[in-house]
Parts: sequence; structure tokens; C-alpha cells
Amino acid sequence: MSAPIYFDYAATTPVDRRVLDAMMPYFSASFGNPSSVHRYGQQADAALESARETVASVLHCQSGEIVFTSCGSESDNLALRGAALAMREKTGANWILVSKAEHHAVSKTAEQLEKYYGFQVKWLDVDEHGMVMPDVVEKAICDKTALVSVMYANNEIGTINPIHEIAEVCHRHGVLFHTDAVQAATYLPVDVSALGVDLMSLGGHKFYGPKGVGALYIRKGTPLIPSQTGGGQENSLRAGTQNVPYIVGFAEALRLANEEREQRTAHVKPLRDRIIGGVLETISDSKLTGHLESRLPNHASFVFKDVDGNLLLQMLDAAGFACSSGSACKTGNPEPSEVITSLGFSRDWALGSLRVTLGKDSTPEDVDSFLTALPSLVEKARKLATDKRG
Amino acid sequence: MTKVVVAMSGGVDSSVAAALLKQQGYDVIGMMLRLWSEPGKEESNRCCTPDSMALARRVAAKLDIPFYVVDAKEVFHNTVVNYFLEGYARGETPNPCLICNRQIRWTFLLDHALALGADFMATGHYVRIKKEERGKNQLWCAVDKSKDQSYVLHVLNQEKLSRALFPVGDYTKPEIRQIAESFGLPTASRHDSQDLCFLAGDDYRNFLQRNAAEMLKPGQIVTRDGRVVGEHTGLANYTIGQRKGLGAGSPVPLYVLGKNAATNTLIVGTQNELGSNQLLAHEVNWIAGEAPKGSFRADVKTRYTAKEMPAEVRLLNGDQAEVRFDAPQRDITAGQAAVFYQGDVMLGGGIIR
Repeated sequence: MSAPIYFDYAATTPVDRRVLDAMMPYFSASFGNPSSVHRYGQQADAALESARETVASVLHCQSGEIVFTSCGSESDNLALRGAALAMREKTGANWILVSKAEHHAVSKTAEQLEKYYGFQVKWLDVDEHGMVMPDVVEKAICDKTALVSVMYANNEIGTINPIHEIAEVCHRHGVLFHTDAVQAATYLPVDVSALGVDLMSLGGHKFYGPKGVGALYIRKGTPLIPSQTGGGQENSLRAGTQNVPYIVGFAEALRLANEEREQRTAHVKPLRDRIIGGVLETISDSKLTGHLESRLPNHASFVFKDVDGNLLLQMLDAAGFACSSGSACKTGNPEPSEVITSLGFSRDWALGSLRVTLGKDSTPEDVDSFLTALPSLVEKARKLATDKRG
Repeated sequence: MTKVVVAMSGGVDSSVAAALLKQQGYDVIGMMLRLWSEPGKEESNRCCTPDSMALARRVAAKLDIPFYVVDAKEVFHNTVVNYFLEGYARGETPNPCLICNRQIRWTFLLDHALALGADFMATGHYVRIKKEERGKNQLWCAVDKSKDQSYVLHVLNQEKLSRALFPVGDYTKPEIRQIAESFGLPTASRHDSQDLCFLAGDDYRNFLQRNAAEMLKPGQIVTRDGRVVGEHTGLANYTIGQRKGLGAGSPVPLYVLGKNAATNTLIVGTQNELGSNQLLAHEVNWIAGEAPKGSFRADVKTRYTAKEMPAEVRLLNGDQAEVRFDAPQRDITAGQAAVFYQGDVMLGGGIIR
């Protein structure tokens, strides 16, 4: 059997050959600890700081504003926990505003801050496309607000939020603004001065970099208390010996994503539009989730009424298509995703979610064979979902 | 390539089943059911603990086969658990594994397997399928009689058997363990348990107390001739043949002879009264798809763990059969199955009234 067609680039991407080549010298040849005094250390430090400069140039910021982490989730954790604690200490503010459609890395951190750290969380409503409107933030914000966190682009439904406008609202009220750009960075500009954010999370493996490495942009002057304490690495904001080869890979992957953004977008967007058009046309009781226009160019997501999304994924995999659903679930314990539910879908729709995300190896032929296979699989899944009620 | 879904549990039998089929050249897919447990006890369901699920996943990875978990919580609750509760409400001692095999494994999961494009479904059950002269599928006892599981599969039919593979039925348990070792399969040694999976290690009486307390009504303990000798705590708390816990003040030991759900009475008697040489089975299923003519000799098993005993089976109207044992049986229990054997061939069976 040939390998299934990969349609899950929002989950992760293969490491670009050029990225891998850039990483290789830093495993065994230049293996030094960047904190060391000797020349081994200096060599590693040079690679680390060169990577930081590369990232800073893509983000249009200073290299001192970049902290490398182990992943996007860690960046979200550091941003929320670190900024919330620091702001409370500084101003006494103890409210955190978080959208209802955030990644768990943000929403679960906010829940923990509420449960164990004495913060109050206000959940921002999203519209039927999963978008956070600036006026919703405006209404929710008050003088006790420490931090607002709204993701740049949604991983489940692809919707792009008006980050610049939300940042303006926050700054008018003197409130810090964090955005999770883990999903966005592959296709959208991550110029922090244009976006106006104070904190921004990135993860390497979404843009053809390695897993296990991320970064957090921290605008100069932003108060932040480190989560991981120890040595003075990363400007004393993130202790631990830096993962030099992965950081080098992260920077190279981000550089390539920035450089090739237009051509990568031009490659996936027409394919995405064919999928959206084809699915809505051929499958009854199907709806697009997320925004039609303001969405990631490689991202198509749907709900199908009376379909077990998990079963559909299994059938697709068996038929040779690797896709995803809203509730990434491999334990057979399906609960509708909070994101899909926040759009207002009832359970009979929300359980039947499907996400198809494209990437640089996707071809029109892949899309055609997918569109040919999907309708009968949805039909079969519907029949079984009816039987399942017993 | 012929595609087969293997129902995996993380245990050695289904793991070896998958390994053998893969070795025989099948295109193998592993599947595991997520079954229902009481809220808060989901992690302890014996058939799908997180550990056993992780183990099944590792076996699948080792064999390089895809592995999927199928959610069956709702259908399991609506069929198996409800059957269990309703059985007790009728004063019977139901065997939910029979319904699970018929409705969950060999209907719900089989439908999933077929939807995935499978030609066959396999399990790690110790039974064998053999074709008889006219091309029909017969279900034979396992080579390893001590592990034979044909009793719980008496609910299968020709259609399902035409889709079924039982790769481990030709081996003994020690052989299966050896094969697992030779494949390097990471299966834990899990002790064989007869507890119901959804009881999650708890006593069924506690489960009934929590989920159907209304059926545990105290009532009278009476002898066959109607003499009241005490009070019971709820019919479901007793099994046929039970001696302990009757609390009846009687000079001779008393045993549970039967239950009358209509009057909520527990019928007791002396050791001499215990046992019967006949039973009535209903919902009788014949593996061959048709009933044998008239009456015939067979060895009949009345519990999963019981020894089969010689008897005369006589067909009645519809799907009922009357069984007359050559010698009286002590613990014939309504709700359990009576399963008929001729030599190694399992003919079918029904539920004891």
C-alpha cells in the first residue's frame, strides 16, 4: 500500500531538507554549550545569536526581544503566566481576557491561572465564523485587566483574527496583548510592529522546521516573570541550556517561510478553494467552519451533520487520506471541540468535524482523488452513526 | 490484498491473532472498542483501560499496522448494560458478554470493519471455524479445551461467520504465549478475569445498588410449599444454589432454588430439592442457520465455566428448545445460556428461562 496522502499540515509538517542541512553541524561537530567561555561555546553561541537575529529580522524586532522555548505551547504558557503574574505585581490587575476559540495551550493556562493563582478569566465571545471582533474586546476590557490573549489564526477552523485592531484597543487601555501565532506564521506576515502585539508565540514544526522548538516575542519593556527558573539563559526569562541545532533549524525554517510566503500561498490557496467548493457542493448537510475569506490559505474545515468525525478520519485513513478533526482524539472518547461548539453548532453537527490542511507537497491530483472519495465515506459514516445509537 | 480488521485488546490472544494474520499476508488493521463505564470509572473498564489501549497501540506499531479506537460507549450502554439491568429486574442472572458479542463485537464493530473496506474481522477468541461438506461454516471448540470460548459465540450465524477469522483457536495458550514471544510482542501478562468489564472491578451488587436501586426491594424468603422462612434484601443479590447469607432460621441448611420476580420472593429449599434435570431455552440460535429436526442427543453447557453434560434436546415451537439432562444439574440459572455440542462442534444455544 502506498503512503496515505498527507492533508494534515496544520498538525505538523515535514522538516524541509534545507532546514535539516542547516541543523546538522550543531549536533556533533559544533556541539558546544552557548554559555561556555571557550571557543566551543563561542561557536555555539554565535549560531544561537545568529538564529535570533534571523528571527528578529522576520519579526521586525530586536533580537533581544526573542526568547527561544521548547514549543508553541511553552511560549503560550510563558506569555500568559509570566505576563499575568508580572502585571498583577506591578498594577494589581487580575483579569485575563481570552477568546472562546483559543488553543488549549492558552485556554488551559488561563483556567489554571484562575483556579490556582487567583486570577479572573473573562471568555471573549466569537462570531459565527470564530472571529473575535475588536468591539467585543473593547466592551470586556476594564482597569483591572492585566492581559488579553487572542490567537492570530485558528488551528481548527482557520479563521484569521483582526490582530492589529485588537492590539489598538488593548493599548488604548494600557493592557498587554498576546497572540498565539503558531498556526499563522506559515502563511501570514508576522511583523510585530505592524501587528502591534506585545507578546507573540511561534512553534517551529508548523512551518517545516523541527518539533520541540518554539519562540516567544516579548516587546521590550513588557513585564514578565519566568516560568522556568535556573540559569541566566535567554535573558533570564527561560532557564536551561539552549537547544542549539533546533533553534538554528527554527530560524532557517522561519526565514524560508517568510521568503517563500507568496509562492507557498499561491500553491495551496487554489487547492484549498477546490476542496471547499467541492465538499460543499457534493455533500449534503455539510457546512464550512470558520471564515470564508479571512482564513488561512491552506486550511479547509467542515462539519457534517450526523457523522462521527473520528470514524470518518479512520475511514479516510484506510482509504489513503490523512486528515484531522476538531477534537483530535485517538482514544475513542469523542467530545465536541470547544472551538466548534463556540461557533454555535449543536452536538449532532459539532461531532462531525473534518479539517483538511494543505502544504507544499499537496497536488491537484491529491485534491481530486480526495473529492472523489469523500462523499461515499461520509455517507457510510452517516449510516453507522445512526446504527450506533443502538 | 485481503483486508482484515483485528479486534484488539492489548492482551496476548488478540495481539497474536494480528501477528499471525500479518504473517499470513493479510492487510491487517487493528481496532479497539472504547466501552461504557460508570462516570468516574472509565479508566477501570477491564476491556479498555488506558494501559491496555497503550499496549494495543504498541503491538500495532510493532506489527506496522494501522490502529484505530472506536467509540462504542453509547451503543454498549443502550444494549449490553440495559440488557444486564433488565435481566436482573426479571429475576434472572443475565450474561451480558453474550449480548456484547452479538451486538457490539459482531454487529457494531463488524459494521465498522466493513465500512473501512475490510473483507474479514478477526478476534482472539479460542474457537475454530471449519467448513462442512455442504459448504456451511461450523464453529468448533478450540484445540485448547481449557480456553475454549465457543460458549459466548453461540450467537453467531452463517453471515457473520463468513466474515470471521479466529486465528488463535488452533493453538494452545502456552503456544500462543510462545508465538507472542517469538514476534517480540509487548503484551503484559494479564490474569484472565471473568468479571464484567463495565463493573470496573466492583461487585455487581454495588453496581445495581447505584444504577437500579429500585430493583433491590426486600421481600420474603419462602419454601416450595409457601412457608415464609425469612426476608431477602433484593432478588438480584442471590444466585441459584447459593447457601450463604440466607439468614433463614432453619435447622437444615437452605439453598436458593429459584426466584419469583412477580411476587418478589426468593424460593429456597434443602440440598435434596436443589437441581433439576431439565431446562427450557428460548431465543435459540443455530449456527447452521436452521434447526436440527425433532430431537437429538447433545452435550449441553449451562454456564461459561460449566462442564458440558449429556442430554436430550427437543425442539419446541419457534425458537425454543427443551433440554433433558441424563442426570440432575445443580445450578441451572435463568438468564445464562444453554449451549449445545456434538463432539467438538458447537451447534448453537439459547437463553435459559
